Amino acid sequence: MFGSGAMTNSIAELEDSKCIFIIGSNTSEAHPLIANRILRAKAKGAKIIVADPRKIHIAFYADIHVRQNLGTDVALLNGIMNIIISKGWQAREYIEARTENYAVLQESVANYPPEKVSEITGVSVQDLNAIAEAYAKAPSASIVYAMGITQHTTGVDNVKSLANLAMLCGRVGAESCGVNPLRGQNNGQGACDMGALPNVYSGYQRVDDEEVGKKFDAAWGAQLSRKPGLTLMDMMHAIEEGQVRALYIMGENPVVSDPNRAHVESVLKKVEFLVVQDIFMTETAQYAQVILPGVSFAEKDGTFTNTERRVQRVRKAIEPVGNARPDWQIICSLSDMIGYPMNYNEAGEIQDEIKSVTPSYGGITYARLDGDGLQWPCPTSEHPGTKFLHKERFTRGRGLFSAIAFKPPAEASDNEFPLMLTTGRNFVHYHTGTLTRQSRSLDDEQKEGYAEINPLDAHKYGISKRDRIKVVSRRGAIEIKPEITGRVPEGILFIPFHFAEAAANALTIDALDPVAKIPEYKVCAVRIEKVA
Amino acid sequence: MYYECIPTTCTYCGCGCSVVLQVLDGHLVGVLPGKTNPVNEGSLCIKGWTSHEFVYREKRLKNPLVKKDGVFFETGWEEALDTVAGKLKKIKEESGADSIAALASAKCTNEENYLMQKLMRAAIGTNNIDHCARL
Ligand code: SF4
Repeated sequence: MFGSGAMTNSIAELEDSKCIFIIGSNTSEAHPLIANRILRAKAKGAKIIVADPRKIHIAFYADIHVRQNLGTDVALLNGIMNIIISKGWQAREYIEARTENYAVLQESVANYPPEKVSEITGVSVQDLNAIAEAYAKAPSASIVYAMGITQHTTGVDNVKSLANLAMLCGRVGAESCGVNPLRGQNNGQGACDMGALPNVYSGYQRVDDEEVGKKFDAAWGAQLSRKPGLTLMDMMHAIEEGQVRALYIMGENPVVSDPNRAHVESVLKKVEFLVVQDIFMTETAQYAQVILPGVSFAEKDGTFTNTERRVQRVRKAIEPVGNARPDWQIICSLSDMIGYPMNYNEAGEIQDEIKSVTPSYGGITYARLDGDGLQWPCPTSEHPGTKFLHKERFTRGRGLFSAIAFKPPAEASDNEFPLMLTTGRNFVHYHTGTLTRQSRSLDDEQKEGYAEINPLDAHKYGISKRDRIKVVSRRGAIEIKPEITGRVPEGILFIPFHFAEAAANALTIDALDPVAKIPEYKVCAVRIEKVA
Repeated sequence: MYYECIPTTCTYCGCGCSVVLQVLDGHLVGVLPGKTNPVNEGSLCIKGWTSHEFVYREKRLKNPLVKKDGVFFETGWEEALDTVAGKLKKIKEESGADSIAALASAKCTNEENYLMQKLMRAAIGTNNIDHCARL
């Protein structure tokens, strides 16, 4: 791969791309303003390819829409690359000059001839050919993906396969091209950039690197641990085993957002001391010993980093509601009391410190963010920011091809659980609904959870739209109203995960990608029953 | 009557549209799209247009809460922070820094995420820090 989990290119560049390949992203509902750009690109003559089992909104605008079987993305992408190589459409000079390990890729995708891939994915050979040709031959081509790609046990493999495809056609480091992950949450990018990860400080500087460690020891005046910490899922297990006794959760609602709800709840019940900092009483906060009231985006200063690496200002517009306090002030007070004083008079002073220890944010100050913000890397105070990455060279030098074999999802349908469930967002709500379901307009649009089911399946199970159904997996069961629609193919159920009382994540599996530790929200086996 | 417009960034999805918060006499009353920003160029989606609506809902937490015998009681900041700091220090003394863990947030600001990891790494002494939104 070529490092870094951000969009390689910018949102605005999508508009001038001549081919946009969307996979695992319900763009119109989850990222409406990016979908706008894609529609504008289409109006300017771009070919739109959508690979998604559901007939999502953006698929209606697609030149090619394929509905691959759940969890077969690696096979699909290998099949596309197989065709590109066998037709000789790969970018030979680019591969020669900027990448390594090409022979390995060539050898591995040779095992995925179109007929075999068609059998695994359910996509016709004709469609595979059409995608390969459109993507490889367009003057510029962009890949857009989201959690439909990452939330699988093979999530890292999926991402690497996309990187393979893009490099094969010389689509990385060029304008209106690239591999572009869309972050679900407003500051998912920033949380990672700032080192809210167990193995890296801000700017992806490794905690187990002695040089880096020394730098931070000096900057923070502390003797820092060189041992990478626990990931979220490891924390859960460590709590069960009594190794972690205290958990401090800021602004997250894992009871609703995380897979296997029953397990998360039992863990939160078990942990000796739970502190939750949030603006509402969430399902997670119920389990806390202490709840600290933070504030909304309107009540504090700071920055968010969007999915195209653009750092932008958040500005305080009103005073905190009640006695709530900005989250950064709460952390400072706590740190003071623990005996490690943090002295910042305003949020801008924190950014000044971030800048001094984080090379990619090294030129970013509040003064420079007035206007349109800055895209990292922005290493110095004169640097204009970076529109697209890997222009002359990759972060790691040469782009590395990797051989990726197809592995089926962790759970398959069987007699007991004959249907497959996938989860996602809808256009009105956001994440666990903590914020959007408190908004009258949004709540009016969509008050309750629902399960999309194909008319053929509805007929088979004798379900009509006035019924309620029970959806059962190996981990739990929920009752929910059915929405009978051809949006989902036969054999597949879709449930949006925003609704705590009909939480899709009561059903989903916590099988993890072995590297990225992302749970497989997108595929699990279920059965349905009509509720009498 | 005092009316202000504050340019800021939408709190919902990763697009990061620029919005303008409309404030009347210190009260947030509406949202307008930022016109010049290259991300959204004057448009917003339904979430963005209504992003002020949750701010004043009655259910907002207005004071720290401490649980006693299974029931939450409102309390002052001093007491709440004292309880948290005291308990964390005690657990660290008894079982070591790695017995404490934290989750930061994809909804909080960069500054807050930075401080949260600094709190865990420098003040507590552990790298047990993660967040819930692995892409
Ligand atoms: S306005 Fe809509 S598209 Fe823009 S950041 Fe907000 S939620 Fe995302």
